[in-house]
Amino acid sequence: MKAVITIVGQDRVGIVAMVSEILAVNSVNILNINQNILDGFFNMVMIVDMASSKVSLKDMQQILKGKGDELGLDIKAQHEDIFQIMHRI
Amino acid sequence: MLTIQEILETNRMIEQNNFDVRTITLGISLRDCCHPDIKIFCQNIYEKITRAGEHLVRTGEDIEAEYGIPIINKRISVTPIAIVAESCHADSYVPVAQALDAAAKTVGVNFIGGFSALVEKGYTKGDRILIQSIPEALAQTERVCSSINLASTKAGINMDCVREMGQIIKRTAELTSDRDALGCAKLVVFANVPEDNPFMAGAFHGVGEAEKVISVGVSGPGVVKRALEEVRGQDFSAVAETIKKTAFKITRVGQLVAQEASRRMGVPFGIIDLSLAPTPAVGDSVAHILEEMGLESCGAPGTTAALAILNDAVKKGGLMASSHVGGLSGAFIPVSEDAGMIAAVERGSLTLEKLEAMTCVCSVGLDMIAVAGDTSAATISGIIADEAAIGMINNKTTAVRIIPVPGKKVGDSVEFGGLLGYSPIIPVNTFKSDDFIARGGRIPAPIRSLTN
Repeated sequence: MKAVITIVGQDRVGIVAMVSEILAVNSVNILNINQNILDGFFNMVMIVDMASSKVSLKDMQQILKGKGDELGLDIKAQHEDIFQIMHRI
Repeated sequence: MLTIQEILETNRMIEQNNFDVRTITLGISLRDCCHPDIKIFCQNIYEKITRAGEHLVRTGEDIEAEYGIPIINKRISVTPIAIVAESCHADSYVPVAQALDAAAKTVGVNFIGGFSALVEKGYTKGDRILIQSIPEALAQTERVCSSINLASTKAGINMDCVREMGQIIKRTAELTSDRDALGCAKLVVFANVPEDNPFMAGAFHGVGEAEKVISVGVSGPGVVKRALEEVRGQDFSAVAETIKKTAFKITRVGQLVAQEASRRMGVPFGIIDLSLAPTPAVGDSVAHILEEMGLESCGAPGTTAALAILNDAVKKGGLMASSHVGGLSGAFIPVSEDAGMIAAVERGSLTLEKLEAMTCVCSVGLDMIAVAGDTSAATISGIIADEAAIGMINNKTTAVRIIPVPGKKVGDSVEFGGLLGYSPIIPVNTFKSDDFIARGGRIPAPIRSLTN
């Protein structure tokens, strides 16, 4: 199963490293990263493969949300199908 | 591969434009629960509903979390109680409403629909008992919703029931006067009712439906409003195209949620109701969509045309996105539940007469209309008759959910709370309809040709 992780918040050093580490520790494979800075705000969208993940999507959401709250970032993980079904026929 | 713009667009629809799945509704047949002893019947329905609905709320919450799409309500609809309770030896169905209420509380759904009767052509014994039980049933329960179908294009209008429902609505208002007649917000009178509608207060599980079925109602007026901001000043072809594309995207998500809920619960998928259902929240208003099309205030000349475009384009876009569409699909115009409608009534641009005209092209009818407490039963029946006639002649669903609030008069307002919102008291024409309503009988079914 693929998931989409979106991160929005104030830019700072090490955001990508921090999220990547969480994913690596849990055996979640990054398929695509797209990142930019808009008006000083950090926007990142990651598409990840959770086929070998050690944790469920629900648990991953909690881990990322916890880390996001700690750093003042809004981090969400969603099942990819909601985007696929809306934008692809 | 998905683009960053597409992903951000979906999340903006959810986070900024109030896009949500309004309801997952589990329809349950109660046809195998009948029993002459009403106590055993109530026990049967309680057990069946709590068993069938055991995982409904949990499933909804899981889907909401995984996909990141809010699912606001989880609800249950059942076979019209007038049908399944008819074999009980009882002269009141209030205990049945209490059993439904208890079952709803046990499974954790906020509304249960189906305290209903279908009487467009005439009454059976069970229909009469059910209708007479409505005021007390709605006063004594919290989550039960009631609906009556009293007209159809094929059968005409049951004017005896039109007369009776005016009295029943008044009585319901009296018995719930301590809550500003809240009981009336849970009671809808229909013409051409759809039997697979997942939205309350009019949901019930039709007799032609399967044993159990999952239906989903999507919403998202805020998303349509936001999309129309991008085509300001362009012609109506652009407006219709924009609404269609937006409705398609919204409905696709509804389809995903419905399929997932169906798979996880092992219950067949019924229909998607692709409605624009407003809430009192800022940015979740159907009236504001109409105003975005270029009207100074909802109710201004052009409002009916604007609503016609919206209702039609939502259906066209949504139909392509789902394998099965049904229910009340279209745009709802519940006054107290829509911040733009409330403001339009307050500034005097939206009247009951204009709302009636709008119901010729909206997806339902006169909805969540608060009127003065001294409005007579005959006047309410007159309003119901007008609305039923519009539905019957135009082969569409129409409905009346009207709340005569005891002690309130024009100039006052009433607060229902939550999704039911608040409303100023709307003025009603004060000329009398008493002799018209007193006639009773049936208005014959209309001719289907010579359509001029």
